Amino acid sequence: MNIIVCIKQVPDTTDVKINPETNTLIREGVESIINPFDMYAIEEAVRLKERFSGTTTVITMGPPQADFALREAISLGIDQAVHLSDRSFAGSDTWATSYILSQAIKKIKDFDLIICGKQASDGDTAQVGPGIAAHLNLPQATYVRKIDKIETKGAKQTILVERLVEDGFEIVEIEMPCLITVVKEINEPRMPSLRGKMKAKKAQIPVWGKTEIGADSSKLGIEGSPTHVVKIFTPPQKQGGVVLEGEPEEITEKFVNDFKQYL
Amino acid sequence: MSIKIIKNKCTGCGLCIKACPFGAISMQDKKAVIDIAKCTLCGACVQVCKFNAIEISRQQKKQQKGLEEYKGVWVFAEQRSGKISSVVFELLNKAQQLAKDLNTYVGAVLLGYNIKEKAGELIQRGAQKVFVTDMLQLKEYTAENYSNAIVKLIKKYKPEIFLAGATSCGRSLVSRIAVNLYAGLTADCTGLDIDPKEKILIQTRPAFGGNIMAQIVSPDNRPQMATVRHKVMQEAEIIPDARGEIIEENLTGEIIDNRVKFIKFIEEITSTVNLAEANIIVSGGRGLQGPENFKILKELAETLDAAIGASRAAVDSGWIPYSHQVGQTGRTVCPKVYFACGISGQIQHLVGMQSSKIIVAINKDPSAPIFKVANYGLVGDLFEIVPLLTKKFKEIRK
Repeated sequence: MNIIVCIKQVPDTTDVKINPETNTLIREGVESIINPFDMYAIEEAVRLKERFSGTTTVITMGPPQADFALREAISLGIDQAVHLSDRSFAGSDTWATSYILSQAIKKIKDFDLIICGKQASDGDTAQVGPGIAAHLNLPQATYVRKIDKIETKGAKQTILVERLVEDGFEIVEIEMPCLITVVKEINEPRMPSLRGKMKAKKAQIPVWGKTEIGADSSKLGIEGSPTHVVKIFTPPQKQGGVVLEGEPEEITEKFVNDFKQYL
Repeated sequence: MSIKIIKNKCTGCGLCIKACPFGAISMQDKKAVIDIAKCTLCGACVQVCKFNAIEISRQQKKQQKGLEEYKGVWVFAEQRSGKISSVVFELLNKAQQLAKDLNTYVGAVLLGYNIKEKAGELIQRGAQKVFVTDMLQLKEYTAENYSNAIVKLIKKYKPEIFLAGATSCGRSLVSRIAVNLYAGLTADCTGLDIDPKEKILIQTRPAFGGNIMAQIVSPDNRPQMATVRHKVMQEAEIIPDARGEIIEENLTGEIIDNRVKFIKFIEEITSTVNLAEANIIVSGGRGLQGPENFKILKELAETLDAAIGASRAAVDSGWIPYSHQVGQTGRTVCPKVYFACGISGQIQHLVGMQSSKIIVAINKDPSAPIFKVANYGLVGDLFEIVPLLTKKFKEIRK
């Protein structure tokens, strides 16, 4: 089974600090990591490969430094990587991003399953996964917490998954090739192996731009994106709260008296 | 498309460096320099520059033709087994305001099987037109069938705005629709307004876990699509004698994607209320010390009709299932009241709950970061404080 994993490099939010004077993000020295949800996507791909053999490929769209994220994925057991990077990709919204990723996937061609993380920690949209599926006209299952079964039914291969929803979970059977997005519950990612690290260091990672993926220039970057940001601002800071210290009986009484207006 | 610093206007004040969410600007020889590899052309720097020294030039985009034909504000009426999700009523309230500003109608899209009778509920909540497709194959939600059906309806009736709940169903569905229609889509909006001049939808959403707010527009494509989380908007009031039109739209089997089979839905009831829909959430973290101690939170939650949440620490320790996890690798919630009990308040947790309207923190460490975002902080032992709260709220509720 051949699997493609789509990942994104994001700032490590544990390092995000707010400048108290300007109320803006301090980004200097913020490290980049693989989006946390994508770690589960990588692990699931590696596990499926261990069970069914085949090739795992990781792809990302991002600036030159996203190369590190791809190498980390290889150190975690992914076989090969492709880096999508082109100045014309900058400013892409989720529509254009999913278009670019889907064009690259068309070029890779031979795949049974695409795995993405549920959403990226910086954008939080959860739109790119289903967007890729729509561009490729593939069936999808989002918020997958478990793969129950993969089986061959005649000429078809199907995957039976559990998707996490607000009030429980759904069991859905979809035909492959297809796309799934995964949540944390699906597995526990492994640490990189020494062999993996060596492999990651030596890996040749091709960089594909708009020509390589045969993209329509009018669908890329800012021009290709239906949405655009007109303004960015920092939200008004929360008013300093009330902190109550002292005897539990006393402080809970005080709190409840003040708070009950909201009930 | 490009960005540039106009060197003779730049004074080297450094405001743009502070404003850049991507760390793409630095100062060289007292002039700002943009690292284009990091720049995403978001425009944050352009707005803060007091000297108009930064310019983003954008080619005229190709506008979709016939934008003026698009009329109406539509809401996707998400339902399961005939029960319409509460987020739909919240969206219908917002849709009424938007439709008023645009001088147009409020529409609702209802898909399902034997579902037509539910149109009345939507009309009572402010929908003036309900578009119903009743089909056995649409009985259960699948993103493929539902998006195919909605794409057909949108192409035929041309709404200018399309809203859906930012639920596991809504989010997965609208992205497919937006791709198919080449429409702009903005996730998790906390504010939706009409620009009085341009008559377009201004979508406000948090970015970077709520540290920054962004305003987004899709001026050249229709419909303008957005998702909104539960509890961000107020529910529309019920008007018992409201009138509306029901438009039955029969679609053929071509919208059905046979590659996907819905097998079943399994409800997981670990508490009485689910996190997304809860007005109040009581969450526990490492401070609970063990799975058995969630009992004291459950008592408080039951008293307040609240849902139970948890920090990653509690979930990773196996004290409570993952479906309760709030935070970066769990769910994002915005209830009216969020009780954080024995949760220190790591940034990964805060990004999942800091948009809650009122935050109450209970922690024995007065320097815990959770107190910085809390409206009420109770410093002390949660094993003493939480049961006292339960007792006092019970007395009030009587």
